[in-house]
Amino acid sequence: MDLAFTPLQDELRAQARRFLESTPEPTWASLAELGWTGASVAEEHGGAGLSFLEEAVLHEEAGRALLHAPLWSTSCLLLFLPAEDQAKVASGEASWTVALGPLVPDLDTATSVAIVGGDTVWELAGFEREILATNDPSRPLGVVSGGEPGRELCSSDVLPALRTRSLAILALEAAAVGARALELSVEYVQSRMQFGRPIGSYQAVSHPLASSYTELELARSLAWWAAWCVAEDDPEAAIAAAAARAEAADAAVTACERAIQAHGGIGFTWEHVLHRLYKRALGIQSWEASSAQLRAEVASELLDTA
Amino acid sequence: MDFRDSADEARFRDEVRAWFDVNLPDELRGHRGGSARFDGPEVRAWSRALYDGGWSGISWPAEYGGRGLSPRFQAIYLEEEARAEAPPHIGVIGLGMAGPTIIAHGSEAQKERYLQPLLAADEIWCQGFSEPGAGSDLAGVRTSARLDGDRFVLDGQKVWSSYAHIADYCILLTRSDPASERHAGLTYMIVDMHGPGVEVRPLTQITGEAEFNEIFFSSAEVPVENVLGEIGDGWGVAMTTLLHERGTLGFALVARLEVQVRKLVSLAADRGASPVQRDAIAREWISLQALRVTAYRSLAALERTGVPGPEGSILKLQWSEANQRVTKLALELLGADAQLLPPNAPYDGYWTLQQLRSRGNTIEAGTSEILRSIVAERVLGLPRSR
Repeated sequence: MDLAFTPLQDELRAQARRFLESTPEPTWASLAELGWTGASVAEEHGGAGLSFLEEAVLHEEAGRALLHAPLWSTSCLLLFLPAEDQAKVASGEASWTVALGPLVPDLDTATSVAIVGGDTVWELAGFEREILATNDPSRPLGVVSGGEPGRELCSSDVLPALRTRSLAILALEAAAVGARALELSVEYVQSRMQFGRPIGSYQAVSHPLASSYTELELARSLAWWAAWCVAEDDPEAAIAAAAARAEAADAAVTACERAIQAHGGIGFTWEHVLHRLYKRALGIQSWEASSAQLRAEVASELLDTA
Repeated sequence: MDFRDSADEARFRDEVRAWFDVNLPDELRGHRGGSARFDGPEVRAWSRALYDGGWSGISWPAEYGGRGLSPRFQAIYLEEEARAEAPPHIGVIGLGMAGPTIIAHGSEAQKERYLQPLLAADEIWCQGFSEPGAGSDLAGVRTSARLDGDRFVLDGQKVWSSYAHIADYCILLTRSDPASERHAGLTYMIVDMHGPGVEVRPLTQITGEAEFNEIFFSSAEVPVENVLGEIGDGWGVAMTTLLHERGTLGFALVARLEVQVRKLVSLAADRGASPVQRDAIAREWISLQALRVTAYRSLAALERTGVPGPEGSILKLQWSEANQRVTKLALELLGADAQLLPPNAPYDGYWTLQQLRSRGNTIEAGTSEILRSIVAERVLGLPRSR
């Protein structure tokens, strides 16, 4: 077992970190130019031909930066799309979201919408979009109305795999969101003085942050396990992704809550970025299934399949 | 990144498993960590068999009797040892702490004298660090070592010393300069536990067993050549020991937790579990997977940079709390039956013993409070609290 990142993965992370710090609201076309939208699309379809592991690095960085773009929603479906559609994503011409329930994420930015009907996933045609005011404005939810199944995209057999990819990506994002909140807390408690000392020297402040570090590193381990399982089409992918999403979302929400507490009043305002990280973490925790539901799936796998 | 064993790793793992299948006596399999099996003659014989089989000192340098393999093979060995539910080598203190410290700081004569019998389980080691007045604050050590010609004269008391009741040697941290304070003036030495002036008194633990002891020194004499490192530089040498204590521990702990969780799942299958208990079991299984991957992440950093990754510092902290939760959950599943002791206890009292023993996990080898401070100060870089 070798869990080190490759030099390519390290380089991709450094590039993504730099780009997203200098370009907080990038266009889909600019992400395509960097090769991100088609990272795992085969080279013959205009992609970079990389694996889900390289894409996973991008999802971590996108989470950290609270990227407002349909990277997650497109990536869930991408490899199940017909080749020409994959090529359009790689070129930046198209992006996708899947309308699995009444609330559809990234509807403000995704160019195309997929729906499930019978045993087929279709492109939705001739519909109206309404973007709803959402707690996390970097990932708004919307509703579609009207419309009908247009082009056939793939069989609905892909839905379990699509969900697994979605959960794995959400886990990667969540761990990164939490880690950013922790980083901000560590900086703050070193400089904030009360009673003549930096507040980070009080164990009542530092130990909760140590707990956040512990929980987030464990969550990140699970997220990368899930990512590897997805990349390798491993039979444990579904359970790994469920475990990772449950743990990472919970760890991220808790890390953000501890961060808000450590920041005191300023952490409770719109003056500070923390509330945005917190709202993304809550959004992730709410998506697909609650953490308790995901753990019920794990329990069922452990206890009911003997 | 690859979560599978490489071909070399898989071969090594198969080799370990096959050896355990053939060589581990049935009566030692599934040991409970109880003192009867902890230091009995069977465990001595078993430890010798491990040495003869080539499983002692896997990652030690070949010149000191090891196999010179990378730490990942030691990790695989520890995983398989735990999965086989084999008792650990009786020389765990020697293998994990005394040996690596002698390799790092010992003279050639010391290496020549002590390492081979340690590996072979011919000589057993214990550790004399903690004192009644120096627990988490190890720099408060007061056991005095007074230099008198070519020997030190020891007076004082050590405590929580596992294996001291059967040990041949002790790695002892002393205060050799009576005028010194804190980290200065300490000397680290090797003490013959059979010499005059050394007395051992076992302490009965919460489980009713006696794994650890008090050691009393009254005018015990130690030749100067038994000093490890320099006189007065004991703190630096002690840090090497603790680094190894925490460094080599991770994989064994995670693998033992894997066995606990497997038993918990089968207990739940036997006894039934409510939805709330099922949720708790899933949490523990998830936490175990997270620990396993984290141990390997830390190992990847160790092999690349020579020091374990910062993730490694959370393993013992997280494992100890997980083991407490898992064993407590087992008691909950057993209900009032868990209150019974053998011969009436279910599973021969396994869970009751394990649950009580687990309370020590967050105290021994660094309390959780100290470990959180280490994460806060050394990993996160927060200002010191004192």
